[in-house]
Formats: sequence, structure tokens, C-alpha cells
Amino acid sequence: MTRKDSPRAARSPWRQPLALVGAAFIVLWVLVALLAPLLAPQGPLDQLSPKLLEPSAQHLFGTDELGRDVLSRVIYGSRVSLPLAFLLVAFAAVLGCAVGAVAGFFGGWVDGALMRLADLVFAFPGIILAMAVAAALGPQLRNAVLAVVVVSWPSYARLVRGLVLSARNAEYVAASRLLGSSSVRTMLVDLRPNIAGPVLVMAALDVGNAVLLLSGLSFLGLGAQPPTAEWGAMVAAGAANFDRWWVGLFPGLCILTVVLAFNFVGDTLRDALDPRTARAIRG
Amino acid sequence: MTALLEATGVSVDYHRRGAPALRAVDGADLSLARGEILGLVGESGCGKSTLGRAVVGLQPAAGEIRFDGRPVVPLGRRRRDPGMRGLQMVFQDPYASLNPRRYVGDQVGDGYLLGGTSRPEALRKAGELLERVGLPADAARRYPHEFSGGQRQRIAIARTLAAEPSCIVADEPISALDASAQASVANLLVDLVRELDMGLVFISHDLSVVRQIADRTAVMYLGRVVEVGPTRELWSSPAHPYTRALISAVPRADGAGVLPVELPGDVPDPARPPGGCRFHPRCPLALPECSRDDPPLVALRGGRSVACVLQTPGEPVRPLATRRKDAT
Amino acid sequence: MGALLEVEDLTVWLATRRGPRMAVDGLSFQVDSGEIFGIAGESGSGKTMTAMALLGLLPHAARTSGRAMFEGRDLLAMRPRQLRDVRGRRIAMVSQDPSTSLHPMLSIETQLTEHMRHHLGLSRSAARGRAVELLDTVRIPDPERALGAHPAQFSGGMRQRIAIAVALACEPRLLLADEPTTALDVTVQAGILRLLHRLRAERDLAVVVITHDLGVMSAVADRICVMYGGRTAEVGPRERVLTRPRHPYTRGLLDALPHPEGGAATLRPIPGSPPSLGEVPAGCPFHPRCGYAVPDCRTGRPAPVLVGPGHAAACPPDPLEGDA
Repeated sequence: MTRKDSPRAARSPWRQPLALVGAAFIVLWVLVALLAPLLAPQGPLDQLSPKLLEPSAQHLFGTDELGRDVLSRVIYGSRVSLPLAFLLVAFAAVLGCAVGAVAGFFGGWVDGALMRLADLVFAFPGIILAMAVAAALGPQLRNAVLAVVVVSWPSYARLVRGLVLSARNAEYVAASRLLGSSSVRTMLVDLRPNIAGPVLVMAALDVGNAVLLLSGLSFLGLGAQPPTAEWGAMVAAGAANFDRWWVGLFPGLCILTVVLAFNFVGDTLRDALDPRTARAIRG
Repeated sequence: MTALLEATGVSVDYHRRGAPALRAVDGADLSLARGEILGLVGESGCGKSTLGRAVVGLQPAAGEIRFDGRPVVPLGRRRRDPGMRGLQMVFQDPYASLNPRRYVGDQVGDGYLLGGTSRPEALRKAGELLERVGLPADAARRYPHEFSGGQRQRIAIARTLAAEPSCIVADEPISALDASAQASVANLLVDLVRELDMGLVFISHDLSVVRQIADRTAVMYLGRVVEVGPTRELWSSPAHPYTRALISAVPRADGAGVLPVELPGDVPDPARPPGGCRFHPRCPLALPECSRDDPPLVALRGGRSVACVLQTPGEPVRPLATRRKDAT
Repeated sequence: MGALLEVEDLTVWLATRRGPRMAVDGLSFQVDSGEIFGIAGESGSGKTMTAMALLGLLPHAARTSGRAMFEGRDLLAMRPRQLRDVRGRRIAMVSQDPSTSLHPMLSIETQLTEHMRHHLGLSRSAARGRAVELLDTVRIPDPERALGAHPAQFSGGMRQRIAIAVALACEPRLLLADEPTTALDVTVQAGILRLLHRLRAERDLAVVVITHDLGVMSAVADRICVMYGGRTAEVGPRERVLTRPRHPYTRGLLDALPHPEGGAATLRPIPGSPPSLGEVPAGCPFHPRCGYAVPDCRTGRPAPVLVGPGHAAACPPDPLEGDA
């Protein structure tokens, strides 16, 4: 949310129950990630207990196939997935916005070339690209992030290009140009507030997706490698020990809550950042 | 004579993919003096809005357009020549011409800011302008959607005033507004012209308002200016049959129950204008040569100009025949 | 025989976030066959809601009271199914924007004949024949060819003519026209007004024209009702209302018009703006903007009183005395 909007638009959307739940979960997970060493009963890699213990007072979430505490691994897992998801979305958004703004603003062959490139990348399934990267550079979380960034910038580029194109011909931009505003100032002053909102919404929704995609890659063995405590990899371990439900269920629930939380918040932001619907929400 | 704004032979082509170029304005002439209100009227599709956009430089055009003696260069990617700041535009739809996501005060202050005023000073002056156009003092810290259509149009007018303009082109500035807001916004524009000694091109399809406020009126048909003259004389003795048709189509609220006169036929497709005089297929007074010769806009006596073979250059306006010519 | 449409004490409440708000407040009028009745007013005066109430097209949460007797039946008391049958067949509607009232993807023939075949049970060829006649009636050149075309192929004025033809397809007795010429050029408007005028004479059709344009009223309406804040300010014969208005609001509207001879240089708007839904002041709704208001206007609720033959005004102080 931009600073300017905050006094008006921000206050009331949080009265919406879903947004509140989502925000609460996000705050909760951020705190968990920050305070992991204090919260976790054990280290994520400590093999101190018997294998595959059912949840009990001692091991709230049970233990996994190597005798590690699932609760501790889930808590430490948030330190892997969340920061990487934020980082990934930030990279993709910055790259996409830059490409989209240049394409929308200059038009002509620049626009054509950049958008055909975006189409090309867009058509490429992220998982396949990640597999290709893993094959070329080795299966590492860092390479998975790289692969996901490469496939996720085009959606930002398209969004921003569309916004720039429609705003570029808007009469308020024409009025601003007539007053002597330069192209760059027009972009920064007149178009930025119109672009920032939708991009922020898309980014918020995307954090959830990024968590899902990274977990998916790790699940497939293309991302985080054992023994890292990563939710997707842990779900994979759960799949291998299918009759021991607690091994896969708890990391799965973590992924679910994070993805849902970011979706709720993203949807609410979308309404809140539009001054017209913001008023409707305020009632 | 030094005109504030002078357009000579302006033509605008719209290039469309897979279709012939559409000539929306075809060799139109206009001139405007300081302190003068020029009404520009015509049916929709006649090119009056396009001509308005062309004279301020929003629309690339052929021909010559001069403001304060300097040529108007179409706006490209580069910053507009600061010498052109005196030439501003007010748009039809005040919902589209204000940025929905910026404070009203910031938008009005832009004009000062871009003129080199410091930001606090620009915001203070913007507040003054908003009060000048009749808005409450707290308007500056609100968003456009919090205002009615009439108020928004006042905001848009205030924004142009921040550039200290000597000429405003207003494209249908009141047609999107409610009846009572229409009258007060029109009055505001007239007051500003008189007070600041500006020139105003008032583009409108509402002939009765133009008749009320314009010093001179220009009538456009199918991309051409077909008649120009002092408003009073033009209305009392139109020189062009099209002008007369437009005027007699306006219904009067006099309770007499008189049906307005119908002008048969539609405006032809501007991509395929008729040969000869463009009005001849709909003209009740058309002569055989009208389908062949395209009359230029020529000056008559009394500051009037017309593009019609029924009038003689340099002579006073000859009254148009009242009886319709029999169909041939 | 009574009037074709007799509206008595029509009241419409619209649901808002702050509860129900009155949009039309005790409106009464009647329209005879072959008569053009004009309802004038600014936006928010309740004129469009009146039309919507008669057609049963109000939003779901709206409530009505009063009666609207049409051909002996109360439109407000009808079930949706009965109303659907009346609407389109006995009462038809023409709206402001023909580009939204005509379906952009269907041919003119489909749009014209659909209702005839549904409501009147005509065969395909009979319906087609009537469609050609109708297009000819509304002066569409080359009606045979026009049938195969789509709305986008016509100009705004032609589209409005086609919309009128669609409205006339089932020989309605009453035509509701909501701002039928507002979106059109004056030259085209003149043609549509002439068409409405001719239709009522040829078909004994009753027409309710809703518009804010008193010039349009003056051209076609036989009687005029001026609405303000959901109520009748003044109702009477065209000539009397427009030349000898008895309500300060009517007078204000007429004064705000550009002078017919031009030259006065400024326009005289009514100060203030019309009340929005739910903010109608107590007493006479016009009193905050009225130059003749007396203290009584703030409390009393003036009912229309007869001020001349068929001419009533809801303004007891008679501020404009001497004009009548």
C-alpha cells in the first residue's frame, strides 16, 4: 500500500473477516520464521527420537522416518519457504514492471519484441523449465528460484504494459502533458499510483503461488535437497510413508495456510486500493 | 490583425488497419482573438472535437496552427514547449480527465509545479484556485470520485488555470453534466474569459448554449468549417443552408408545441464524403453544380465567412430561400 | 371511458445501505389514449424510477405502494409473469441509448420478429412482413435490406428509430420513452420527435416522454408533469406550464434555459443542486433553493392545488401571482 493511501483506504478493509484471518496467518508465520530457534523444541536436523512416532505430548506433530521432530522441522521450514517466496516475487515484479513499462511506453517494435519474448516464456511450463535448470545446474533451491523467476515475470510485464497503455491515452495524462509534464514525470506521477495498486495485488497473490511452486519443486526433488527442512520435501517424505499420516499432513497444512492467507489478503488489497470500491467497503 | 490562435487548412487523418484513412478534419480554418469566445458547433462525427484536439497539439495534423504567433507542434514523447503552456484544454468527461488516484490539490497544483513554483507554494495556490472556481477549501485533500460531475469539471478548469493560460479549448465541457450544473459551469467559463482576458474555443453540440455565450460561432460539417460569423448575425440570418437546418432543429421551450424542422438523411460516412459540396445530398437548396463544385470558405461582408455557392464573396449575406427546391 | 393509464399515489422506496429511501413520493397522474404526456425533471427527481415502477423493472429490493391502473388492471399488483405479458405487448419502452437496448449480435429481423412471434403467435413470414412495414413506418430506408443488418451498421438516429420499431412490434397501447433523444444530435432529435408525434396520431398511441429537456417537452407533449424530489411540483397543459408556470421550480428551470433570442451572455442556473436519494428536505422539497420560500415551506407539505383548467401546482403561497 502506498503511503498516501494509508490514512483513507487502509483502515476499514481489515474489518473484513477473511482479510483479518489472512493477515493474522501471515503475521503468525513471519513471527514463527523469525523466532524459530526459540519456538522449536529441537533443531531441524536433530535425530534424537525413535522413528515415526505418533503425535504425543512430547512430539506434538510426531517424528519422521529419521526420528526428527516434525514440529521443529515445520517451524524451521518457514525460514526456507517464506523468504525465498518474497525474494522471488520481488525479483519477478521488478523485472516484469520494468519490461512492461518500457514496452507500453515506447510501443512500436520495442513493444512487439518484448511482448513476443514474454509470450514465449509464458508458454513455458515452470516445472519443465525448473527441471531443465536442475538438469543443467544441479537440483538446488537456488536454481529452482531462478527458474521460477524466469517464468513469472511475464505476467507482471503484461499487467503493467496494459495499465500503461490504457493510462497513456487517458485524458488526465493528456491534460498533464499539456501542462508541460515530461514523459518520465507523467510515468512517475500520473501512472505510478495507477500501476502500484494492481502490481501489489498481483504480488500478494503471487507470494502464495511462489510458496506452492517452490514446495512443488522440492516435492519433485528439484528444489531443496535432504536433509533441509523444507515443506515440499517434507510432504514428499510423507508420501513415501503414506500410512504415517502426520509426516506429510503438517507440512501440507503449512503450505495450505500460507497460500490461502496471501490469497485472502491479495483479494482484499485489490478492493482497498481502488478508491471507488474502498468507499463501498467503508460503507 | 493578430490572432491569439490561428488554424489554417488543418487536416487530420485517422489511419485504420485494413481500411482507407479516414479524414476527420479536411482543411478547416479557425481564428480566435484574446477575450473572445468562439463557439464550434456541428453534428456528432463532424470533426469538431478532432479539430479541437489538433489545435492544442494533442492530435497530429497537417496544415498550419499558430498560437501567439508560434507554431503548435504536436505532442510527442518530448516535453511540451513551455511557450505553449498558455494553450490549454478542458475535456468533455470530467470522470476521465482527472486521475482517480491522485488528490485533487496535487492535480491542480501540477500546473504551478511544472511552471517552476515550489511544492508548498503550488499547493497553496491550488487551494486558492479551487476556491476561485467555487469549491470548498478542503477539496484539495480529497479524491475526484468524492465530487459530483459539475464539481469535477470545475476542478478540471482549475487545473488548466494553474498554467495561467491565455487560451482554453473546451471540448463539450458541459454536455456530460446535469442541467443546473451545465449552466453554472458555462457561466464560470464565461466569467474567466472576461476576467482573465483569455480566448475560449467552446466546442458543443448544444446550439442554444453556444448562442448564449459565444461571440462568434463556427459551424462544421463533415470535417469542414462551412460558416463562421458573429453569433447574433449568424443566428438571425444564416448564410449556409446547413447552419439554417441546425438552428431550426433546436426545439424551443415556449409551449407553442411547434415540432422542430427535420434535416433528412444522416451525416455521410467521413471515409467516403460525397463529391462536390459535402452537404449537397441533404441540402434543400442544392443546385446542379453543387454535386460537382466544392465551394471554399470565402469572406462575406460583416466579418462573416461561408462555403456555399449561394453567397457571393465580399457581398453581404443573401437571405436563403424559404421554399424548398423541388426534387429533381 | 377512463384514462388508459391512471397512476394514483405512486410511492417507490429504494433499498440503500442506510435503509429504504423514498425515490417517488405520492405521484398521481393519468394518460389518455392518443396523448403525449411529459414527465420533466433533473436527475434524481424520480422520473426514471416512475417509469421503472410502471414496467415492474425496479431493482429487487425496491418497494412500491399506490395504484397504477392500466386497462383496468393494477400494474403494481401484478405477478411478474402477468407483468411480463403486459410489458412488451401492451406497454413498450424506448430508452435513452439505443446501442444498449438493441442486442449488438442479433440481426434487426430477429429482434423485430421475436416478440411478434412470441406474443402474437405470428408465423415467420407473417412476422417478417410486419417487420418490413414497421421499419417503413419509422422511415428506415430500404427496410428489406435493413432486416438482415446488425445494429452497429446504423447511425445513432437510425438505431433509435429501429428501437422504436421494436417497441411498436406488438401494437402496444402505451409507449414509455425515457430520454429518447438525449443521446442524439438536434437534427436527428427533430426526426424522432416528429416520428413520436406522428405515431400517436396514426395509432392512437399514448406516449409518456421522460426528459430533462423542456424544449423537447414543448415540441411534443400535450401535458407536462414537472417532478422535483420525487414529487409533482406542477402538472398541466403544455402551453400553460411553459408560459405561465405557477411553481418557482418550473420558473427556475425555464429561466435557466438559454434565452431564445440569445445575447444575455450569462445563464441563470437555479442555485444549489437537486437533492440526492434519501436527502430530500422536509416540507416542500424545493424550499432550500427557492427564492420565494416562506417559513411555512419548511414544515408544511404542499399538495398540488388547481390553479387553472387542468393545471395544478404544489405551491400554496402563489409567489408568482399576476402571471396566471
